[in-house]
Amino acid sequence: MTLMQKFLGAAAAVALSAGAVAAEPALIFDLGGKFDKSFNEAAFNGASRWAEETGGKFLEIELQSEAQREQALRRFAEAGANPVITTGFAFATPVEAVAGDYPDTKFVNIDGWMPEVPSNVQLIGFQEHEGSYLVGMMAAMASKSGTVGFIGGMDIPLIRHFGCGYAQGAKAVNPDIKVVTNMTGTTPAAWNDPVKGSELTKAQIGQGADVVYAAAGGTGVGVLQTAADEGILSIGVDSNQNHLHSGKVLTSMLKRVDVAVYNSMKAGADLETGGFTILGLAEEGVGVAMDEHNAALVTEDMKAAVEEARAKIISGDLKVEAYYTNDSCPVHQF
Amino acid sequence: MDFLTLLQVLDTTIRFATPLLLACLAGLYSERAGIFDIGLEGKMLAAAFFSAAVAYTSGNVWIGLLAGVAVSVLLSILHGLASITFRGNQLISGLAITMLVGGMTVLVAQDWFKQGGRTPQLEGAARFEPITLPFAIGPADAEAKGEQLSKLIAEASPLQQIYSELISGHPILVYLALALVPLTWWVLFRTRFGLRLRAVGENPASVDTAGVSVVSLRYSAVLICGVLCGLAGAYLATAMQAGFVKDMTTGRGYIALAALIFAKWRPWYALWTTLLFGLFQALELRTDVIENVIGMAVQSQLLGALPYILTVVILAGFVGKAIPPRAGGQPYVKER
Repeated sequence: MTLMQKFLGAAAAVALSAGAVAAEPALIFDLGGKFDKSFNEAAFNGASRWAEETGGKFLEIELQSEAQREQALRRFAEAGANPVITTGFAFATPVEAVAGDYPDTKFVNIDGWMPEVPSNVQLIGFQEHEGSYLVGMMAAMASKSGTVGFIGGMDIPLIRHFGCGYAQGAKAVNPDIKVVTNMTGTTPAAWNDPVKGSELTKAQIGQGADVVYAAAGGTGVGVLQTAADEGILSIGVDSNQNHLHSGKVLTSMLKRVDVAVYNSMKAGADLETGGFTILGLAEEGVGVAMDEHNAALVTEDMKAAVEEARAKIISGDLKVEAYYTNDSCPVHQF
Repeated sequence: MDFLTLLQVLDTTIRFATPLLLACLAGLYSERAGIFDIGLEGKMLAAAFFSAAVAYTSGNVWIGLLAGVAVSVLLSILHGLASITFRGNQLISGLAITMLVGGMTVLVAQDWFKQGGRTPQLEGAARFEPITLPFAIGPADAEAKGEQLSKLIAEASPLQQIYSELISGHPILVYLALALVPLTWWVLFRTRFGLRLRAVGENPASVDTAGVSVVSLRYSAVLICGVLCGLAGAYLATAMQAGFVKDMTTGRGYIALAALIFAKWRPWYALWTTLLFGLFQALELRTDVIENVIGMAVQSQLLGALPYILTVVILAGFVGKAIPPRAGGQPYVKER
């Protein structure tokens, strides 16, 4: 064996072992920002929990612009991170494009959809319409005016999916209820525009709404703030937002992004890939938040009704229509 | 569309128009004195951040307001140094300020508060609360009767509705901004200072010949601009919202510049123009109202773009002529 070969062999061994050591998971936050108090923050909380429990470390980056998506994915994959977890539907396309180039890296995308899932990609989806249905019921029961509001972030099918479940829940309690819906915008900036969220809330209050559900990432901060200022109830989303304005947030539609991230990181390199994971009420992937901050707002009737509907949805007796089925909502026109 | 809905839309219009009006008046002073300022956006953003940050740490919104104005004035002095003292390009200096602030605010916010480039939510005395004018129906009445405020107003007489919904219930900065319009008119057109300020924007050489300092006049205009931008920024972060978020001015400084052209550099026109632009922004949120009135749906994006479209139409000379101050954009050189 020549000296050269020895060197090459040693270098390869070092490179391999370095790869094995540096297999830290990576987390990429979408444009709403890591501290949106909602979707991305839930992902961050899940990752932090994993880091605390295992003493491990994870890589992270907060995107500043659309152009960085693919760049961030490639950089983490090349740095040897495994798995690379991304939040937000907008990552589906770049992940699909990049996954083939890094067959040894596993990619996870939350909320995304691909026609064909590559073998090293796992997509995690939530049954948001089921959770939204439950908070819609609570909204209708808490409303005195007979009008409830919904404020979405970016106008995409996913957010209409939230709104559709909400409208179905509200109408199940009170068939005559009026559901007012608004979307903040059509660009990713709509996830972080509390000023507009605030004004939309005022506009909905003007139309009679006295419970407003915000499914809008960081924009929701403005919605909840204005609702609290104007003395109406609001409903948070993704993370438990009840504590943001204690006693003024009716509940939060939990979407356990934190659990999804935690589980993916825990599985590490052994993560099962190549398909969809769907988390619904049965898997506790979605749910309603009950804690000391909203205890005074939630009546026994509400609790009983929510529990009953929850059980029925899990058992299949009650079917909440998904917006995706026909790209339209049976009870509401967006 | 019923009367109350109209009032609600107009109410939103006033809230949206206030920061535009303040920024527009700021630009008016500066440009009337011959200093173009495309850094309005940056100054507003800096003031928004520092007013929210200081209001949060001190717990007093007035101290926050002072801090916001102070930072905005500092940036104005920077702009003045570059464009008056060192006779640099005014557009470049303004743009540089905007770019600097866009990055700096987020960086400082992250360092101070560790919340991803935003300030914590402001509460209580750390933000400007709406003022209920005498005899108007306000939140206090709603609480006393245990009803919702909007419901109480809906039951009141039309005159009381106008008074309570539209005129009462705004933070103090809104009334201040409205009061600044006649004040600006009076200062510019009825005082010696105003005459000289306008002259320095039209023909600085003649002002200089008369023995009046061009430099100090221009500096005072730029300083006034800084104060007004500071108010606009503080309004965004401490009155309209409860805290600062990244890029929260979202182009309002540029819309204010467009409004300034539309208003042909006149204070009363500035008020009407910013109200009009505010109305477009308000209607963008209430497309249902437009649909009811004109019977067809209008894309909200179109409404968002209308201020810019109208400005282009004006600039193209279709609706009257917008003639900027003659010496605008040119540094004054005493001797060649």
